[in-house]
Amino acid sequence: MPEAGTLPTRREEAWRYSAVERLQGEALDAWRTIDVPAGESLRDTLVIADGEDTSPTELHRWRVTLGEGARCELFAVLAAAEYARLEIEVTLGKGAHFEFGGITVGGRDTVREFVTRTIHAEPEATSNQTVRAVHWGHGTGNFLGNIDVVRHAQKTDAAQDFKGLLLEKGASVNAVPQLEIFADDVKCAHGASVGQLDETARFYMAARGLSPDLARRLLVQAFVGDALVALEDEELRERMMRVALDKVDKAL
Amino acid sequence: MLKIDNLHAEIDGKAILNGLTLTVPAGEVHAIMGPNGAGKSTLAYVLGGRPGYEVTQGSVEFNGVDLLDLEPHERAAAGLFLGFQYPVEIPGVSNLQFLREALNAQRRARGEEALTGGEFLKLAKDRAGLLKLDPDMLKRHVNVGFSGGEKKRAEMVQMGILDPKFAVLDETDSGLDIDALRVVGDGINAIMRAPDKAVLLITHYQRLLDVVKPDKVSILSQGRIVQTGGPDLAVRLESEGYDAVMADA
Repeated sequence: MPEAGTLPTRREEAWRYSAVERLQGEALDAWRTIDVPAGESLRDTLVIADGEDTSPTELHRWRVTLGEGARCELFAVLAAAEYARLEIEVTLGKGAHFEFGGITVGGRDTVREFVTRTIHAEPEATSNQTVRAVHWGHGTGNFLGNIDVVRHAQKTDAAQDFKGLLLEKGASVNAVPQLEIFADDVKCAHGASVGQLDETARFYMAARGLSPDLARRLLVQAFVGDALVALEDEELRERMMRVALDKVDKAL
Repeated sequence: MLKIDNLHAEIDGKAILNGLTLTVPAGEVHAIMGPNGAGKSTLAYVLGGRPGYEVTQGSVEFNGVDLLDLEPHERAAAGLFLGFQYPVEIPGVSNLQFLREALNAQRRARGEEALTGGEFLKLAKDRAGLLKLDPDMLKRHVNVGFSGGEKKRAEMVQMGILDPKFAVLDETDSGLDIDALRVVGDGINAIMRAPDKAVLLITHYQRLLDVVKPDKVSILSQGRIVQTGGPDLAVRLESEGYDAVMADA
């Protein structure tokens, strides 16, 4: 257990928007290690939902290493805990692919965040990250996404896309894309935007008979759906979607 | 069926409707024509209950209920359909999901049973066929990537599926080529021409009225109905223009 003095502070970039006061007593050095050997594939998910097993602070730190031509797909929904954080550090081998889809939803004073560091350490690797954040009350959603492309990692293709949806005044989202590119023949795309529900669409849906709640559910579903597009297991996708949508429905 | 009495409405404090009175009984197709800025779309939006359109005076009675007292989705469940001049794109929501949710929400609100997936799909395909819209387009997201003409057809497919009692169609003919105009016009006739239904057809052109023959035609100008007549009024407007016809009135 770390000393109080070694706890991160909000001066550190990776903890800038975090609820650092909730880290006291957390096992900060506990990283889960995921090694995907050359040519192999792995898919894993993390769902933080309301329930007995969920603690007020949910800190998850995953360190992923992808061998040559390996593939790793991670999908996460952070929909519970006062402070939930999934941190992923992934190092890609030659021609490997890393896929990440993340959804944060939350109201009150909750903070839910994804922090990724994607290291393109060898040539021809690809990565794609899609994060959607839906917040209300005084809830906060964060996505800090670091992409490092080392000097010889030519033909890297990295993409990062974040969209925030604020359902009420007082909620906030923070997006920090950070790209450090030392190779010269690479593609790195990143985008971030924040908005609110489309009033015109809401009226259109109402004019067809959908109640405001139902219209919101459909619009939120469409919004967060992007993060799970790459998840091929339909049943799993719907289960994760339901966790996110039910949270919004229950709260508003 | 629809009784509008002395309706005043404003947007952002600007008066657009200034004492509009109009009655449309069941079985009637009533065309509304009028110069740009007369308040035609405002009338449609006020009837649909769009936020921001504030009614300051007057009343609207729909089948005996105070329409203005209902939320927009309740108006739809009561049988009102608003055909949009610019149908809205909803990325991420498929037409089929949207319309099935909408139809079943309306049916539940009326105390009717929801349709099963199979029943709904059959209905949707049938209505798409009526409007000569490729049924595969129903799988696509609502109006996303649709051409202007496809959006208007899709709008009428929605009307066919929802089967309203009263349709307010705001320039449904704009953006349609001649063939599409006929398909859409025939669709309106097939869906809405019935003794217990009625249509308020907002249009600029006689062309649509050649297909959907109105029982009455009214001219809306400066937020009021200034003249009402038979189908011949639309023909006169087409040849002489608003200024000449209104000067004669």
